Amino acid sequence: MGLWLAVARHSFRRASAYPAAVVAGLLTNTVFGCVRAWVLLAAFAGGARMGGYDATDAVTFSFLTQGLIMATGGWNLGELPERIRTGDIAVDLHRPVDLQAWWLAADLGRSAFHLVARGVVPLLAGAALFDLRWPTRAGAIALPLSLALAVLVSFGLRYLLSLACFWLLDERGLNAVYGLLNLFLNGLLLPLVLFPGWLRAVALHLPWAMTMQVPADVWLGKHDGAVPMARTLGLQALWAAILLLGGRAVTRLAVRKVVVHGG
Amino acid sequence: MAEALRLYLVLARAEYRSAAQHRASFALLALTSTLLVALDFVVIAFLLQRIPRLGGFSLAELGVLYGLASTAERLADLMVGDIEKVGVQVKAGTFDLVLLRPGPALVQVAAPSCRPQMLGRPLQALVILGISLSQAGVPWSWDRVALLPATVACGTLIMVAVWVAGAAFTFVAVDARESMNAFTYGGGVLAQYPLSIYASWFRHLFTFVLPVAFVSWFPALHLLGRPDPLGLPEWFRFAAPVAADASTTVAAVAWRAAVRRYRSTGS
Repeated sequence: MGLWLAVARHSFRRASAYPAAVVAGLLTNTVFGCVRAWVLLAAFAGGARMGGYDATDAVTFSFLTQGLIMATGGWNLGELPERIRTGDIAVDLHRPVDLQAWWLAADLGRSAFHLVARGVVPLLAGAALFDLRWPTRAGAIALPLSLALAVLVSFGLRYLLSLACFWLLDERGLNAVYGLLNLFLNGLLLPLVLFPGWLRAVALHLPWAMTMQVPADVWLGKHDGAVPMARTLGLQALWAAILLLGGRAVTRLAVRKVVVHGG
Repeated sequence: MAEALRLYLVLARAEYRSAAQHRASFALLALTSTLLVALDFVVIAFLLQRIPRLGGFSLAELGVLYGLASTAERLADLMVGDIEKVGVQVKAGTFDLVLLRPGPALVQVAAPSCRPQMLGRPLQALVILGISLSQAGVPWSWDRVALLPATVACGTLIMVAVWVAGAAFTFVAVDARESMNAFTYGGGVLAQYPLSIYASWFRHLFTFVLPVAFVSWFPALHLLGRPDPLGLPEWFRFAAPVAADASTTVAAVAWRAAVRRYRSTGS
């Protein structure tokens, strides 16, 4: 346990090493949050309600998701694919520790830093410029658990896809496909609740929804009540379990396949 | 100039050949670039299934804005997008190598962005632009026919200038390089929507400081034969060349100043 805490702590400190980068990221997140908010405000003009959202929900969603980008947004697959391509993965495999657990601990440390450092300011900036909705009581209580599960799902997805690089040997194509699909399916381009008909139903149950849409909906009080909340958190936990177990299984296959470049 | 262009093409070809070595990755990239980039237009279409107009604009009219903005942004990305990585070279001190080589620094750092497998990205935006123009009921006239290619060319130059100026900024603030995304990709996204939906300080910023509004909004008003809901002068619709000229000049000055200021790293 001490080992994993140390890995997480170092990853946390590494993420915090460049305060200027954090400020730059906050500026970008806030600008994008504003653009998305104004687009949705124009769509909700005249007090419309769509997909269970009103204008305030939609604006709040824009800043919540921008704030979660670094923690659970999974902008790209991270550094693991690059280590597989360059062969640095050999170093990771030599450590007498579990590969998946090592990267999970590192990702938890990184995410913990970004939840705070990148999550709070876009919301405050959003609150200064727009009318935002603050969490309901039930939402506030369930939010920490929902965020923790979102981090696990986000890691599980990225880890599993990263392992594909053991076969592809180059992460660029996969990163490009993943980056665009991720943006679409996690709600950053448009809240998933505004998707049409069956696509909405499907998208809301895919793992990408667990990383941003679900925590945002928990915040907005869309799952208030014991049964809906238990169902929502249960679905998040189910996806986290599936992805983490899947990651374990594929890790076993992948290490047998390992090719170290440049050796 | 011809020499710089030749160097650009040589470097771009080298980059292409290196990327083509990884076949699966290459195919995925080519596929993504042509198909998946349309997803940001798909979400606009989703929204317009629920409401008839966004900010007073129909789907076809929004498609014109989207097409102009995305064509310019993606052509600029294709031409110079990799320049955002110059911050990594500055930080590591490897920008020394760029300066040692005979050839303009700007060409050397920008050329790897020119990947043939990414050509589908601007093409997809052009297709949406074409379809939208045919559906939007454009009152075609000779000035509109002439305005269209001029807008794409000037819009691309404006976005190139934003990228180059952003890269120049990263020489000064190496760790803050992500902030240029707010203006490069952010500029591309905000130009996809009617300028009238934004707050006035934001509109002014992206009209007079970073002239992204000239990439799509002002020319589109003329193409679509619409009055300006914000009441800005009529000649703004034809002012994209002025904006492109001013922004490329500023970007060039900024880039030269940044390269001159570069001191290698001592660590």
